[in-house]
This record gives sequence, C-alpha cells and structure tokens, in this order.
Amino acid sequence: MLPLTLEDVSFAAGGRTIIDRVSCEFTPGPRTVILGPNGAGKSVLMRLCHGLLTPTAGRIAWRGSRDERRPRAQAMVFQRPVMLRRAALGNVTYGLKLAGVPRTERDRRAREVLDAVGLSAIASRPARVLSGGEQQKLALARAWALTPEVLFLDEPTANLDPGATREVERIVDQIHASGTKIVMTTHNLAQARRLADEILFISAGRVADHAPVERFFAQPSTTEAAAFIKGELPWS
Amino acid sequence: MSDIGSAFAEAAHLIAAADTTLYGIVLLSLEVSLTAVVAATVIGLPLGAALAIRRFPGRAVLLVTLNALMGLPPVVVGLLVYLLLSRAGPLGELGLLFTPAAMVIAQAILVTPIIAGLSRQVLEDAWHEYEEQLRSLGATAPMAAATLIWDTRYSLVTVVLAGFGRAAAEVGAVMIVGGNIDGVTRVMTTAISLETSKGDLPLALGLGIVLVAVVFLVNAAAQLIKSAAVRRYG
Amino acid sequence: MELKRIGVRVAWLLLAFGCASSASAQRFITVASTTSTEQSGLFGHILPLFERSTGIEVRVVALGTGQALDLARRGDADVVFVHAKAAEEEFLREGHGVQRFPIMYNDFVVVGPKTDPAGIAGDTDTLDAFRKIKTVGAPFVSRGDRSGTHIAEINLWTLAGIDIAKEKGPWYRETGQGMGSALNTASSMNAYLLSDRATWLAFMNPGDLAILVQGDTRLMNQYGVMLVNPAKHPSVKRADGQAFIDWLVSPEGQASIADYRIGGEQLFFPNAGEPGA
Repeated sequence: MLPLTLEDVSFAAGGRTIIDRVSCEFTPGPRTVILGPNGAGKSVLMRLCHGLLTPTAGRIAWRGSRDERRPRAQAMVFQRPVMLRRAALGNVTYGLKLAGVPRTERDRRAREVLDAVGLSAIASRPARVLSGGEQQKLALARAWALTPEVLFLDEPTANLDPGATREVERIVDQIHASGTKIVMTTHNLAQARRLADEILFISAGRVADHAPVERFFAQPSTTEAAAFIKGELPWS
Repeated sequence: MSDIGSAFAEAAHLIAAADTTLYGIVLLSLEVSLTAVVAATVIGLPLGAALAIRRFPGRAVLLVTLNALMGLPPVVVGLLVYLLLSRAGPLGELGLLFTPAAMVIAQAILVTPIIAGLSRQVLEDAWHEYEEQLRSLGATAPMAAATLIWDTRYSLVTVVLAGFGRAAAEVGAVMIVGGNIDGVTRVMTTAISLETSKGDLPLALGLGIVLVAVVFLVNAAAQLIKSAAVRRYG
Repeated sequence: MELKRIGVRVAWLLLAFGCASSASAQRFITVASTTSTEQSGLFGHILPLFERSTGIEVRVVALGTGQALDLARRGDADVVFVHAKAAEEEFLREGHGVQRFPIMYNDFVVVGPKTDPAGIAGDTDTLDAFRKIKTVGAPFVSRGDRSGTHIAEINLWTLAGIDIAKEKGPWYRETGQGMGSALNTASSMNAYLLSDRATWLAFMNPGDLAILVQGDTRLMNQYGVMLVNPAKHPSVKRADGQAFIDWLVSPEGQASIADYRIGGEQLFFPNAGEPGA
C-alpha cells in the first residue's frame, strides 16, 4: 500500500481553508511525526490520509496493492480512546470480526496482542471502566491486532500521565518493530525527538518542513519551524 | 375520598378472588400491548438507527415529523385503522376488525414513532462519540448501527418501556378498532371505561390500580434483567 | 445478534397467536347494539342462553344507535339491535337491512335532582315537564350522539313545541357520550336527564338523582332487530345472524328477556310480533 502520496491536497470547511495544497509522501520504514502549532491542521491532515475525510481538492493515492494477509491496511488511534461497552478482549476481537477473521483465530490474535501490551490480566474487565492509560493501550492493541501497514496516531498521549505515556511510547515502538509504518502527531517536542525518524512540520495548513529528525531540530529550514522549536519549553 | 379507599379495597378483592374474567382481561392487555411494542421495535429501531447515522436531504423535515408523530392522539389512530380495516375499507377482506389483531396493529402504529424518535436520539448521541472509531475500524453502516444498538442497549430498554407504557395506557385506539367486546377484545383500559360509564367507580378505580400494578411489574422485570446484564457485561 | 434473532421469532409467535385467536374456528356473529342495552346488563343475561343452545358466539359492539347503524352500513356488523324505529326504517329503505322485527320495549324516565328546581316531580305529562325545565333554565344533560335515547329526547322537545336546536341555552348540556357516561355527568352536575329505565336501574352512581317523571305513554322505548343485508354486504353471516333473530322472537328468547331483573324489577318487556311495534 505504501508509499502514500499526497498531491496538492486541500481541505476546506465552513468557508475556511484548513489544509492548503499539501504535497508530500509517506514512505515505508521511517517513523513520521507530524509537528505543528495548534490549529495548523495536523489532525485534519491525518484524517485525510486515513480516509475519514475527503479532500476538497487534490489527490491522495496509495501505491501498490493491498496485502490480503493483513486484516486491515491501516488503523488509527485517537487522542481519546473510544471503547465499546463490552470486555477488553471483545473490543479487540471486534475489529478482527469486522475484517472477517474467523472466531478462533480472532480470539487467539486478540489474546496474543493483549499479552504483548501487558493487558492480559484485564482481558475480561469491561473496557469502559478501565483507566485512561489502560484504555489507550487497549486502543493500541485493537489497532495492532489488525496488523496494519500504517498506523496513524493522533496525539495519543496528550491526556495521559508520564507513566502511561512511557508505556504507550514503548508499545508504539514495538508496533513499529513488527513492521508497521508509524505516522503520529504530537505537540510535545521531547516526545517527537524520542519517537521520530522524520519530522513533517505543518504550519497554517501547509508543509513548512519535511526532514530527518536530527536535521529538523539542528537546522530548521524555515523561520516558522525555528520559532516553533524555540517557542516550546525545553521540558515539555 | 371514600371512593379511593373503597377502590383499593376493590382492587385487593379482585386480585384475591382470582377472578378468571379479570385475569383474562389482564392477559389480553399484556398480549396486545407487548406484541404491539415488539412490532414497533422491530420497525422503529432500525428506522431510528438509519436516521441517526445517515445524512440526506430532507432529514430535518423527517425528524420534525417523527417527533410530532410521537404525540399522535390514540383516538385518531383508532379511527384511521378502523377505516382501513372496515369491510367498506381497503383491507376489509382480512376480517381483522374487532379482533385483538386489529388492536395490535393500532397500538403498533401508535408506538412506532415513539420507539423510532427516542431511539434515534439515543443512537445519534452515541454516534457522535463512536463515529470516527467505527469508521476507522472499517464498519459499514449496518454494522455500525448494530454496534450502536448493542452498546446503548440499556437506554434502549428504557425507550421500549416508554413505548409499552404508552400502549398499555391508551384506550382511544383499542376501543374503536376492538369494540370492547366482552371476552374477545375487552382489555383493562376499555373495561375501566365501561365500569366508569356504568357508574361503578370503585370497581373502575380498582381495575385502574390493577393496571398500574401490572405495568409496574413489567417495568420491574425489565429492571431486574438490566441489572443482571450489567453485572455480567458491564 | 443472537438476541435480535430470538426477539424477531418471539414477535412472530405473538403476532401469530394474536391472529390465531381472532381467526379461531369459533362460530360467531357481530351484533351492533347500543350502550344503554349493554350497560343494563341484558346481554350478559340472555346471550349465554343463545350461545349454549346454538354454539354461536354473539360479539356485541356497543355504540349509540346512530353509530351502530353506521357501522352496519359499512358492513362491519351482521345484525343491528337498536331502539329508534324511524332511524331503523330509514336503514331499511336504504337497502342495508333485510327486515325489522320488534323484540321488546322498555320505558324512558326523566331523572333529576331531588331538589327539583323545575318542579316536575310526579308529573305524568312529559311535554309539560320539558317545558318547565326550559322555562326555569335548569341544567339538562343530553346524549347528543344520535342514539335511540337522543332521538327520543329530540322528539319530546319537538312535541312540546320547542325547537331545541335553536332554542337551547347554556342550561342544555350535550355530552356526546353513552348512557352511563351521560348519567355520570348529570349526577355530578345535578342535572335533569332522559334515561332508559334499565340503564338507570343498573347505574351505580346516582348521587342526588331520582326518577321524577315516568309512566307517560310517550316514554315508551321500542327495540327492533334487523339482519344486515347480505346482498349489499356479502361478508354478512346470513344463516347465523338469522338464527339469532329467530331465537330472539322465539318463546325461549322472549322469556329470557322477561326474566332479566334488577332488584326484582323487570327491565324489558318482550313484544315480538306485536303489530305496529
């Protein structure tokens, strides 16, 4: 399915242009972190890539054919996890069921992935009574179980305490190691530094920079990027 | 005041006497209203789900109409169904007039907008929360509808109970299409109406107390099932 | 998903049950009759006898006379059993009925508050009583529903020289309800009212009302029965409907009518075959 190419993609709503002629390419391999100030359009860009929104202009193209062995080609984890009113295990098998995976296989994969993220103990607990951190890890498990080619994450740790944040970052690394492309947004510079291989910097709906992570932080190519890096407090 | 006192005494006496006529009337009332509610749910719930999830031109008008239909006067529904089922009407050949089936049809028509309208609101609120995640996981509209319905099942039980309450309490529709025939289409509400007409107010009130008690029991049963389910599924 | 499937199956079962209980093998006829006849309790007394001897169930739909005849005009009843001779004869002229058989009579009574503001207690001339009520403007409750009782009431006003439709005032209260409901209303308003004796005797909420005028020959109330015309309404159960009519005019049926009493008092007087009834 990768690379994913955006050609002159624009998105307008309510009379406002939110994404303005964005062209870029997501290649297999590097973990991509999308950075930008609030209101820059990061979340909208992610939703356009994932297919939840349709561009008002331009083209979004996935190259190549889908790997039929994978239940879903792409998955997304949101800032606030949405859990169904059933057990944690049921939430994971739900996605697999939608993808047509047979029952015994569903159960096996779900338990396997819950184990990998450290949630085996609460597999039969109702998902909606779990803590925020546990729910987000469950959301990751649900997405991972689908073995997607691309995993989109929209500010996944914005609402979590530092401990849960660390655990989520660890899981994201595991998912990446298992062969999934990571595309993530964050406003936390330190997190971007920790997780990214490349940075896509968005400002006012436009691509202001697209560079390997070290080069981005050492030599930001635009004044907006430089200002953004400086504007952030060093410990956030 | 003494009428109310004698009414409670009358109600107790009716129940204790295990009067077969009374039990027949209670059974018929439950059969008619429960069947009507089930039919209304089978039609109204998918309709409510479709309205909650889909956007289409004219949706706003449809929602306003649906909400307005929740207030359909039972006697008007009874009249319309009577005209449909009368021998002189289009469905006269079916011979359904003055039978329990006619009463079920009338009450189902009365209750369907309630089920559809209220479930639409419940499901739409849930859809706001679930939409992005369900679409991200690849759910089609029918699958999403089914998931929403299952996830909001406790609120939906209340919706169905509201529909049942409406059906069990109405007299206008079943009086016209049923004819209040002794032993055939006499239900609690029409029996109360008859006894009131005959001036036997304590008996009428007593029957009223029995009716309220029956509806209360149905609600209590639903609550018990709900609690058990919550304990199991969370 | 499982629950939904089970639920749908239960629904079909219930609906089938409902339809089955209505389309049962039980033989029955639908008789359109009046609220006053039903509320007097007569049917509860005589119908079981008919059903036992013929096996035909009689399902009575009780409405006002006008409504009952309208029901039959639509073909929704097999037999009509009402008490308004002029309306019945019009029904026959329209071709909706086969033949009219007089069955029984009872009488109307004028009930009113014991305080009797119009001073009519004990009058034997109903027309005079009505004139007094109008003069005093005492509250009077009318059925207002084209029932047999209502038609009789209008006739009395007309015979008394009063065009009630034009000359009524706020004292004249039209309720549009059955006999019992009208009695309830009169009882709570302490108003005068024309009622059939049978419903009055069976009525359990008289309040301060009592019979004030009775015995006038003008207060006689004749009941007639007709088979709805199968030529016009093919769905009519001709044989079973006729069986009911035959039974009502038979000595057995007539005797059962005479048998019906409340507090020892006979309510209906059989007179089948009486010429001119």
